[in-house]
Amino acid sequence: MSDTPHISRRQLLRGAALVPVAGTLAACATPAAKPTATTSSAPVATSAANPFGVADGKPLEVWIFDGGFGQDYAKNIHEPLFTAKYPKSEIKHNATKEITKVLQPRFAGGNPPEVIDNSGANFMDFGALSQDGQLQDLTALLDAPSWDDPAVKVRDTIDQSFIDIGTYDGKFSVLGYVNYIHGIWYSQKVFRDNGWEIPKTWDEFVKLCEAIKKSGKMAPFTYAGKFPQYLYEPLLTMAAKIGGNEVLVNIDNLEDGAWTTEAMKTAATAWAEVGAKYLMEGTTGLDHVQTQTAQNKYKVAMLPSGSWLENEQKSTTPPDFEYGMFPIPDVTGSDKMPYGTLHTQPGENFMVSARSANPQAGIEYLRGMLSKKAAGDFSEMVKTVTAVKGATEGRTISPGVTSASKAVADAGANTVYYRWNTWYGQLKDEGIAATGELMSGGLTAEKYLERMQKKADEIKNDSSIKKFKR
Amino acid sequence: MLFNRYRRGLFITAFLAAPVILYLVYVISPLLQAFRIAMTDWRGVTATPNFIGLDNFVRLFKDGVFWKAVSHNAMLLVLLPLLTIVIALFFAFLLNVGGRKGSSGIAGSKFYRVVFFFPQVLAVAVVGVLFQQVFRPDGSGMLNGPLIALGAKPVGFLSDPGVAFWSVLGVLVWQAVGFYVVLFSAGLASIPRDMFEAAQIDGAGRFSLFFRITLPLLWDTIQVAWVYLGILALDAFAIVWVMTDQHGGPDWSTTVMAAEIYRNAFQYFRFGYASALGIMMFFFTVGFAILSLRLSRRERIEY
Repeated sequence: MSDTPHISRRQLLRGAALVPVAGTLAACATPAAKPTATTSSAPVATSAANPFGVADGKPLEVWIFDGGFGQDYAKNIHEPLFTAKYPKSEIKHNATKEITKVLQPRFAGGNPPEVIDNSGANFMDFGALSQDGQLQDLTALLDAPSWDDPAVKVRDTIDQSFIDIGTYDGKFSVLGYVNYIHGIWYSQKVFRDNGWEIPKTWDEFVKLCEAIKKSGKMAPFTYAGKFPQYLYEPLLTMAAKIGGNEVLVNIDNLEDGAWTTEAMKTAATAWAEVGAKYLMEGTTGLDHVQTQTAQNKYKVAMLPSGSWLENEQKSTTPPDFEYGMFPIPDVTGSDKMPYGTLHTQPGENFMVSARSANPQAGIEYLRGMLSKKAAGDFSEMVKTVTAVKGATEGRTISPGVTSASKAVADAGANTVYYRWNTWYGQLKDEGIAATGELMSGGLTAEKYLERMQKKADEIKNDSSIKKFKR
Repeated sequence: MLFNRYRRGLFITAFLAAPVILYLVYVISPLLQAFRIAMTDWRGVTATPNFIGLDNFVRLFKDGVFWKAVSHNAMLLVLLPLLTIVIALFFAFLLNVGGRKGSSGIAGSKFYRVVFFFPQVLAVAVVGVLFQQVFRPDGSGMLNGPLIALGAKPVGFLSDPGVAFWSVLGVLVWQAVGFYVVLFSAGLASIPRDMFEAAQIDGAGRFSLFFRITLPLLWDTIQVAWVYLGILALDAFAIVWVMTDQHGGPDWSTTVMAAEIYRNAFQYFRFGYASALGIMMFFFTVGFAILSLRLSRRERIEY
């Protein structure tokens, strides 16, 4: 045996040691500043029918997040609407499950597409996009005449919360298309068969859990344990119900002590009790599909979710299951917000890239999406409520959506929402980690809130993170 | 003569050019760019990031989650090579010289050799998803199913922050062992048989055969294994990202440096900061490589 192979072994090792390190870093590439693409092709005159001056003939690129709603709604409902009006403009339709991976390089390269459905688990951070001026100001869209009726402005056809939530840096720039309605979901059939009543107060809720547990028929409660964000949702909604909407506003605004208020303490304590006593066995290790399927199999009675649930579970739901949803019960008897208070949150966020080649057409595309026909067809196709008021009138929608829509009507103006989790990704991940611990008994309610407050303060004091206010 | 030498140089250059260029473009240049990006506030979408000096590195030292990740990598760096090498050596010894005669493997060793190599053939992502099912906390879990059937409480292999790290370590060891069994078997095969036979004639049992003959003569191979496994331990990204709850959770209990780099870059959109983390990881890895190569310099045994 000669020595030669051993010498090369050492060299090989040196090389091998360096390769994976470099490989990890190779994923990045320095952005290159290009001369800004001049979009100043001869502007087209604006009119009531063409409020943004769309040039018929310039192409439009659309990217759809191919998730729970699929991509057919864009191909079959929204895009034909645009093409019918601008037949010479070609629509380049694209769909992906990985918005960030596909589109982030396009932004860094300076040629982003016009319309993006920036949704899904891997959506691009709106804070980062806003910070860099990539979001087209959509105020003109709000003030434009609506697609259906030139006498009515777009602003008046959608719910105010959509405008609030889509506002970044004082400019409306993100259009949530779907109205997600959160609550506790159950099977109307199961409740009817067992004579279980919808709890109106927290005491009744705990008694109901106790009764279900004693009955031995199924576990009382579960949530997507692998994704504790499903649980901080009812916790925060409950805190808002107890202490008023400002509880959530202060949390969003990173105010000092916003997490450690009395209302938050009551809510966290209440849910920690559920975590300790009434969870389905193994909950913390199961994901949303597994827990929701367990409910479909009548292994568990209740879980917190949103109005997308019915569509998501359509293949495993027994035909007579009859999804229903109820709001967070009264907790203290002196809650600041009445029974029926709901968390509704715009979702499926569409944006137009400010630095794309044809932003006017992008805005016009969104205006088409907000027409009654487009929104109504969409609701029917994917069983979900949209931003457009009254779009489902005269259409037949499933029991779950009916139940959720009724809850929204009952809630009236008593709806709440929060945005800290989309504004501050780090805080969201801490919320997920800490809420999981709260529910499995690793943290007390006080320690949980202290930990969240600590992270919120950290973010507040980090100058590199852009801050938002509502 | 001069012309010939020139031609020879040209010949060598032509052959080396392709790999060197590829290496420069895809490895060295991104590496250098990462140093530059680490000193900016780049959030991934702008074409003109601002230079902020060493701010990202100052921030990094106060980042609790990152240091938690570093501590996990450090634990893996110690435990992964240790466990893998011990188990692989044991198996390789049994398969090759652990048999009754002392110079052949135990019964069925050919079969086991193939079986041990199976995990190595599977893609890491497949292993991750596979073990998610194995570790399921309900009756359908391969480990918890029998536990529940026996009336015991299910173990939260991936959902209990106190257990999850050990599950990750277990999977990494499970996947790595097969390869090192093969590597050590090859090492054993190059040890002359007569050494074992001579030792046996002198009355050595399996125990002293292993510690007096196998181990010293395999020392070189073990060092190679240690460096490879150390590099694996400093990475461990794929298994952590695919298998664990919340990509490194629950409650940050399984996160590693590479996962934090990915999270900061592609979820928080802090590419500048993520590059700074990447550079820390680069120094850790290079430091480890230099250290282990220095320590492994040792007199070789000639047969």
